[in-house]
Parts: sequence; structure tokens; C-alpha cells
Amino acid sequence: MPSPSLAIRESPGLYKAQGSLIIAEPMKGVSYGEVVEVLLGTGDTRLGQVIDVGKDAVVIQVFGGVSEVDMHYSRIRYRGEALKLPVGIDMLGRIFDGLGRPIDGGPPIVPEDYQDINGSPLNPASRLPPSEFIETGISAIDGLNSLVRGQKLPIFSGSGLPHNRIAAQIVRQARVRGKEEKFAIVFAAIGVSYDDAMFFIENFKRYGALENTVAFINTADSPVIERIAVPRVALTAAEYLAWNHDMHVLAILTDMTNYCEALRELSAAREEVPSRRGYPGYMYTDLATIYERAGRVAGKKGSVTQMPILTMPDDDITHPIPDLTGYITEGQLVLSRQLWLKGIYPPFDILMSLSRLMKDGIGEGKTREDHRGVFMQLYSAYAEGVKLRELAVVVGTEALSPRDKKYLEFADRFEKEFIGQGEYERRTIEETLDLGWELLAILPEDELKHVKEEHIKKYHPKYRKKKS
Amino acid sequence: MVVRGRVYRVSGPLVIAENMRGSKVYEVVEVGPERLIGEIIGVEGDKAIIQVYEDTTGLRVGDNVVGTGYPLAAELGPGLIGSIYDGIQRPLPILEELVGFFIKKGVKAAPLPRDKKWHFIPLVRKGDKIEPNDYIGYVQETETVKHYIMAPPNVHGVIEDIVPEGDYTITDPIARIDGKELVMLQKWPVRKPRPYKEKLEPTEPLITGQRVIDFFFPLAKGGKAAIPGGFGTGKTVTLQQLTKWSHVDIAIYVGCGERGNEMADALHSFRKLVDPRTGKPLVERSVFIANTSNMPVAARETSIFLGATIGEYFRDMGYHILMVADSTSRWAEAMREISGRLEELPGEEGYPAYLGSRLASFYERSGHVVTLGKPERRGSLTIIGAVSPPGADFSEPVTQSTLRIVRALYALDVNLAYRRHYPAINWLTSYSLYVDNVTSWWHKNIDPEWRSLREKALAILQKEAELEELVRLVGAEALPEEDKLVLEVARMIREDFLQQNAFHEIDTYCPPRKASMMMRAILLFYDLGLEAIQRGVTVEKIREMKSRARIARMKEIPNKGFEPYFEELYKFIRDEYSKLIEEVHVYA
Ligand SMILES: Nc1ncnc2c1ncn2[C@@H]1O[C@H](COP(=O)(O)OP(=O)(O)OP(=O)(O)O)[C@@H](O)[C@H]1O
Ligand SMILES: [Mg+2]
Repeated sequence: MPSPSLAIRESPGLYKAQGSLIIAEPMKGVSYGEVVEVLLGTGDTRLGQVIDVGKDAVVIQVFGGVSEVDMHYSRIRYRGEALKLPVGIDMLGRIFDGLGRPIDGGPPIVPEDYQDINGSPLNPASRLPPSEFIETGISAIDGLNSLVRGQKLPIFSGSGLPHNRIAAQIVRQARVRGKEEKFAIVFAAIGVSYDDAMFFIENFKRYGALENTVAFINTADSPVIERIAVPRVALTAAEYLAWNHDMHVLAILTDMTNYCEALRELSAAREEVPSRRGYPGYMYTDLATIYERAGRVAGKKGSVTQMPILTMPDDDITHPIPDLTGYITEGQLVLSRQLWLKGIYPPFDILMSLSRLMKDGIGEGKTREDHRGVFMQLYSAYAEGVKLRELAVVVGTEALSPRDKKYLEFADRFEKEFIGQGEYERRTIEETLDLGWELLAILPEDELKHVKEEHIKKYHPKYRKKKS
Repeated sequence: MVVRGRVYRVSGPLVIAENMRGSKVYEVVEVGPERLIGEIIGVEGDKAIIQVYEDTTGLRVGDNVVGTGYPLAAELGPGLIGSIYDGIQRPLPILEELVGFFIKKGVKAAPLPRDKKWHFIPLVRKGDKIEPNDYIGYVQETETVKHYIMAPPNVHGVIEDIVPEGDYTITDPIARIDGKELVMLQKWPVRKPRPYKEKLEPTEPLITGQRVIDFFFPLAKGGKAAIPGGFGTGKTVTLQQLTKWSHVDIAIYVGCGERGNEMADALHSFRKLVDPRTGKPLVERSVFIANTSNMPVAARETSIFLGATIGEYFRDMGYHILMVADSTSRWAEAMREISGRLEELPGEEGYPAYLGSRLASFYERSGHVVTLGKPERRGSLTIIGAVSPPGADFSEPVTQSTLRIVRALYALDVNLAYRRHYPAINWLTSYSLYVDNVTSWWHKNIDPEWRSLREKALAILQKEAELEELVRLVGAEALPEEDKLVLEVARMIREDFLQQNAFHEIDTYCPPRKASMMMRAILLFYDLGLEAIQRGVTVEKIREMKSRARIARMKEIPNKGFEPYFEELYKFIRDEYSKLIEEVHVYA
């Protein structure tokens, strides 16, 4: 355990305060990245971090903003180390603010350790490729975009779409079959409304998950700049539980769009040259230091799986926030406003969604031997159906061939019956795959190029019925 | 003389040190009490601007900065094969042994094992005259790689002494040339291309086992190519396919600013998968460099130059090397970040004005060359870079600068990826300028009609694109029969030829001869179809032919001994068409 008091030093002079930055008099021994306390004239303190240190000045980024920083009365106290989170197993069941201070009225936790919230990069050579299938009970995920332990798979949503309900359903239903293992949920609310944050907490409570949950809440009215710290604080807790307590952790970070907005604000305050749409050029790297904190490592029982949620501004997937996220995460689950308007829950846009680690998590011995073929066949048939549906709008359904009409029928039923399911309905992977076959049976058999012939004979309803 | 200065300012990966008079640009320095590795990228008066390859958190004004007098160099010698390095050639498995599974800064480890003994077999004798790059001897590093020990590029003279065959470490003297001791270990500055005698125009295709590349847009040994594409379009999978199946002696995989899980996946699958040409695990002919997105940004740049240097070293032995870099965009972004912190005048989208020339300096290290040294030999280094354009918009600076340099482009298309057409290489916008170079090789070794088959297939796809406009207006059924057939066959080419599932046990690799026989089946179906239409057969009937389903399953035919299958298939297609035509005439 550190004994910070030795390193603490105070600086008297401030040169300038602006936005969320303070420029302070240089001081001997100040280190890059260290945490400071800004002591306000009012007796309050704010946390900050050194983001540039030189012989002429020290630049400090202040969590909570500098509106009340008085140039004469304020003091800077250097703590001599980076921002650390007290961690321990008794974080489970507790609710903290964005910097890891309890806000549930309970006592402070008994720390087993203090860990740098920035973490350290996992050695790529120590990682194990994620391959354990997590059954979420949702067909669109399990059948077509399977999630595996150690993956980072975000939900790309839009405002007003039911991403919170879906995330809650995943938390309720997710399991690795045939295993009883220690699991935990780490939940980070980043600049979301109080209602949204409480929706999750209530859900955890109602389904008895709260005791396995660590929640970090930064609501829309908490300081913007604190949002930079929330996901890091949450992942520090997640890593601690995974690597030190052998737990399988699912980390839900919502809403990463708010995080990115905060990053943009900060960058503007630093007067940096902006990149696309005003977001800083280093946003890719910055997001990577968050999203990469997931995985499995050789010799460790635990794992960190991440499910970040973000709302795409204007539903635009090419916007830098979803774009850069997609470049880092191992796929994405995209929600469709169109399907939602058609009344389909969960409204997954199957064509835009992708799970990149699926291939190692499915198939014989993991899900079922026909999984890969079924999933590819469903995808391509649905894609064909959607394409023909667009065509039919122009030329009319009559102009389509009988084959094409089959595809139209398939696409409609696929949306309603396969993608659509109840919010409290849990389907096993076998149920999901069988449902897939039932829908594929709408199509002429020689259209089923992606599935193996032996699997057609075994699982296609036509042959199954004959057998039984 | 060693330069000793002090930290003056720290801003992210950038450190300014004062009291550094006498230091040179590109010199490696050690910064702070943890001796972080940095490289001087500029000098101004007594100040040196340093990019630090490790996390700078904790550095203080006044900390020591010590020069090493040397530029950033790669260690070259036995032990490279199968290694996995970070961007500054620290061996990642050793780092794990030293500090556990999180990478800690300041950890140092030699890139090549110092205590391991290699069985060295000399190839020269006392009194032989030695020129740079001459073979001195070799070590059988893995069952598939004979690692030649060469005279370093700056050494020549007479062999005064050479050790007998036996076991030596890379730092044991193995020869003396004009009074200078020679060891197996060489060092070479990563930013400096290794010399060669002559660069030649590539003439041989680099067979990759990927049909769309080999058959349509061939790559050449010694060539340079780029794969741009939005997220999730298949850059990494394609690059991994190329490193796995390409007909090369050694493959170098550089993961630069990308995912940790992907590197883990590559490492594990390369250990498991067997090279069909040698029967040995792929890892026995591969080198990995992993500087993932969460590792220090500045080291992304060096990772790419490190890869190129290792590639050139093996090229100099007379080998054919493939190096892939995933993704050059992350490297360019690292450059932009450093440039921004230096407050250099930003060019387009904040990238520095030297973006294009820096990219060129990397791709230019590819080539098919006559190497220096005896015996005379040729080697090649092929370079393929992934590009990750923001919003999948190819008009952005990194894609555009890359297009000016490379000679083959595999443009990945988000719409194809959404339709799960993999590899999502767009056949209308991709190109290869190596088609002419490799034509005679194809005609001699694979199929004497390759060029015309290729052109015919591309023409059908082109025609399909034109017809699609029309279809959107009037529907496919309103088209003339010939055009309907084009649509039918184009679909076959797309689905039964171009689509190739990287994860299919057989189709992951397709021998060029099989590719060509597949294409012949499709084009036979087309030619006979045209004839049948002329004799009154409708496309509706053609659509019902059994041949279609058999063509759709061609990919799954095992990669050995497939010729009889195809001969039989051609016959099947002919017979089925004959029957169709007969039927029409019986009715008439
Ligand atoms: N040839 C292929 N065969 C089968 N699947 C493929 C193929 N190419 C791509 N895919 C699928 O597409 C997914 C994304 O591919 P990949 O990871 O290579 O994308 P990328 O272009 O590297 O994306 P990013 O820029 O985000 O890294 C893969 O996980 C795989 O599911
Ligand atoms: Mg990739």
C-alpha cells in the first residue's frame, strides 16, 4: 500500500485557469501524469491530473472544471502518483461515483490494493484467444453474432432505441452452459440520465444480480470531465476482480458517446488541432486504451468481457464515435430504427451487425455442428430478401420470379420470428438453430449452398419429419 | 562521447531534453530513472526532441537523459523465426517471464537469445575473399528455414580464421576477416534500407491461394499492395490468409495499432496450422511484431520499419518474403500525434506534410532484387499494408497517399461485407498492375488461357454492373434472354468463385490450377448457355439445371487430385445442355 503523504507537495502559484485546465507555476519534482488536488478558496477540493510538465509551467486538467478556481486563494497539492482506485472484493454490491467514491450511503470499502486507473497494456503474447460461447438467450446474438468470453462487443444504438432493455436482458440471461463459475458485472454509467442509471440498478436488484455488481455512476449532471475517468475506473475494478479473484466479469459501459463528447471538449480546451468533426486525432488510441482492457490470459481463470453501449449521432454509423469504436472492438451489434418502428424487439440490424470472434466460439462441441452453415445461410438469404424487397418497391412484386418471392417471404418471417422475441424470452442455442432451419425451409433446397449436405439431411425439417 | 542531458518538458510520448549538445537525430536515448527507450527526432540548439517508446507517466523535469550513440537498430540472426516482438523488438514472451502478463515500462530483454547454441556449418574456408553479404555458413534454424550467416553489409576482406562445424551462440566468434571478429549476430538500423545489387521488375506471381487475388488481381513477388477498407470489411482476415497460405519462404506479420485478441489468434493459429508445402507448422517460417493499439503510440512507427528490416535481411539470403502491416493508418495516426505535439504545420486532416514520403519510404523497401554477395542469388520482399479510412471514405489522406505508391489495390467494400461476400474485395474498383508481369508465368505453369479467361470473367461482371441499373428500373424478367444469362453467370462468378470462406477447412486455400478449372466450368456453362438460348432454350430452363448446384459445390473439392472431378463436371454440363436443346426440338 502506498504512503502518499511523503510525496505530497504544494505549489503556491497559478498562472491561468480556463475551461478545465489550470496552468501552474513550475515546481521541482512534478511528474507527468500525476494526480493533484486543487484546494479551492472555499475549502472544497477538486481532483486533477498533470497533462504537460515543463520547466516553464505545469498544465493540469481538472476533473469538475475550473469555474470556481480562484487564482489567488487556490492551491495545488501534488500527490506524487497517478490516479489510483482502491480495490477489493467488497466492492461487489456497491455503488460508486465516477471516481470510485461510494454514493450508496455505505462505508468506504476495505481496500486490498490501490491500482492505477489507466491500467497497463496486456502482453499480446500472454493472451488466450477468446473461444467460450456465452449464451445470451437472444437468437439474433447467439445464432448470428455470438458473443464469447473475453470479447468486446458494443451495441450501436440510436436515441430512443431500446438498448438499455437489451443490455438488461443480456445481463439477466447470459450464461456459459454447463458451468458454475464466479461471475460479476461491472457497470459504468457515463453521463446518462439518472433514470437510465436507475433502470439498470433496479434491474440488477430485481433479479438478484446486485450483489454481484459493482456500479460506477456518473450521471448527466455530474462534472463532464469526470467522464474521462469513469470507464477507466470501472475497468480497473473489472480487471481486479478478473485477475485477482478469478471472476468472469461482464463490463457494461454506457454511453460511450458521452465519453467521446467529453474528450472532444477537453481537446478543445487544450486548443489541439482537431481531426474529423472536431474530435481529437488521438481518439482512436484513447478509446483503444479503454476497449482493449478485455480478454483472457494464459494461466488465469477469470476474464473480462466488455459490452460498451453508444448512441450514434443521427443514426450515422460513419460518425467518428461508432466508426472508431468499430475499428477497435471485435464486432458490433447495431440496432435498427426501421425494425423498431415495425414493432420488432430486439431490433437488431442483422446485416450491419457482426461478431468477429464468433468463429472460435461455435460449432461442434461448443454450440452445434451446423451452426456456422446455418448462420451463413440465414445471413445471405436475409440479405437477398432485403435486396429483393427494395427491388419490389420499384418494379412491383409481380415482376419478381417465384424464387424471389420465396426470399421475400423468408425475410419477413425472419424478422418477425427469428430476430423478434420477447424481452423475457430465453431461447437455447438449439432452439435458435432449429428456428433457423424452419425458416430456411421456406427456400428451395438447392438455394441452401452454405450448409453442408449432411446437415441438410440431419436438420432440415423436411427430412427430420420423415425420420420421426 | 556519451551525451547526458536532462528532461526539460514532457507532453505525452514527447520529451524535450536540454543540455543535449552533441546528440544526433535518430540517436537512441534512455530517459528517466527507468531508462525508457526513446529516439531523438529533432535537435534545436542544446535541446533534443525525443519520442519515447514507452509510457512517460512519472517522468519529471530534471530527470536524466542519456545518449547511446547509436540509431535504433534491429538485431538480426538465428532466433528470429517464430519470435514475437513489440515495436522496438522486445521479445514479448520474455517480457512475460520477467514482469507478468501486463507490459511494464523500462523492462529490457535481448531480442535474440544469447545463451542458445546453434549448430553452425561453415561454407567458406581460410583464405577465401569475402564481400558484403557473402554466405559464411548456415544454421538450420527450423526444419524449414536454413538461416544463412552472411558477412554484414560493411564487411569485406580475407578469411583469416573460420570455426569448424559445431554449436555456437550468436555472440561467439565464428570467423575473423582482416583482423575483425565476426559473430552470427548482426545489427542494422531500422530506418535504413539494406543494400542490394539490383532491383528487378517482378516476374513471378506471389500465389496466395485466394482466388480473387491470384486469378483476377495477381500480386507479384517483390510487389507492393494495399488493402483499404472500413471497419469489419476483412483487412485483418485477408492479411492473415496471405501470411498463412502465400508461397513464400518467410512471412512477417506486423500488427501495428490493432487488437490484442487478433494477435493472440494469429499466434495460436500459426502454431496449429500446417504449411501445406512443407508439412510443418506455419510458425516455423514466421515472425510476429505486435504493437497493439493500447501499447505506446510512438512504437507503432518503429514496428513497421522493424518488420521491413527483418524482411530485407531474409531477402538478402535469397528468400522470398512477405510482410504485411495491419494497419498503416494507425501508424500514420501515430505520426500525426507526434507531429501535432511538435506543433508542426498540419497538412490535410492534421497529418504532417511528409505523410506521403514517409509512407513511400516504407513501401519502397519491397522489391525483387539481385542481392549483394556470393553465391549470386535473387530474393524478394513483398509488402502489403492495410489502410483503415475513417468512415470507409477512401478520399482521406492516408488512402490517397498510399494509392500513389502501391501497384496493386484490393479495395474492400462495406456493402459486400454487409452481404457477407468474403473476401469483400470489390472486383470493379480493385486492380493489379502486375497482370502483364505474371502472364507468361501463368500461361506456362497453370493455364495457357489464363488471360482470356480472366478478361472474359471480368467482362461478365462489368456487364452485370451495367445491367443492374436497368434491373432496378424494369426488373430482371424484362431483360433479353442473353442478358438474363449474364446475370445468372455473374452471380455464379461472385458466389461460386469469388466468395471464399477463410474459415472453411478446404476453401481457405485454393491452388491456382483449381481456380482456373473452376473458372473454366463457369465459363463453359456460360458459352453453352448462349448457344442454347440461340437454339430456343429459355433462361428459366437453364436456371433449373442441376449443373448449377454442382458448380456451387466446386470449392469444396479437395485441393489434391481434383482434375478428374472437373473433367467429369465439364462433361456433365455439356450433357445437360444437350438434353435441354433436344427437349426444345422435340417439342417444336
Ligand atoms: N475471407 C473471409 N472469410 C470469412 N469471413 C471473413 C472473411 N473476411 C472477413 N470475414 C469476416 O469479417 C470479419 C471482419 O474481418 P476483419 O477483422 O478482417 O476486418 P478488418 O477490416 O480488419 O476490420 P478492422 O479495421 O476493424 O480491423 C471477420 O471477423 C470475419 O467474420
Ligand atoms: Mg483488422
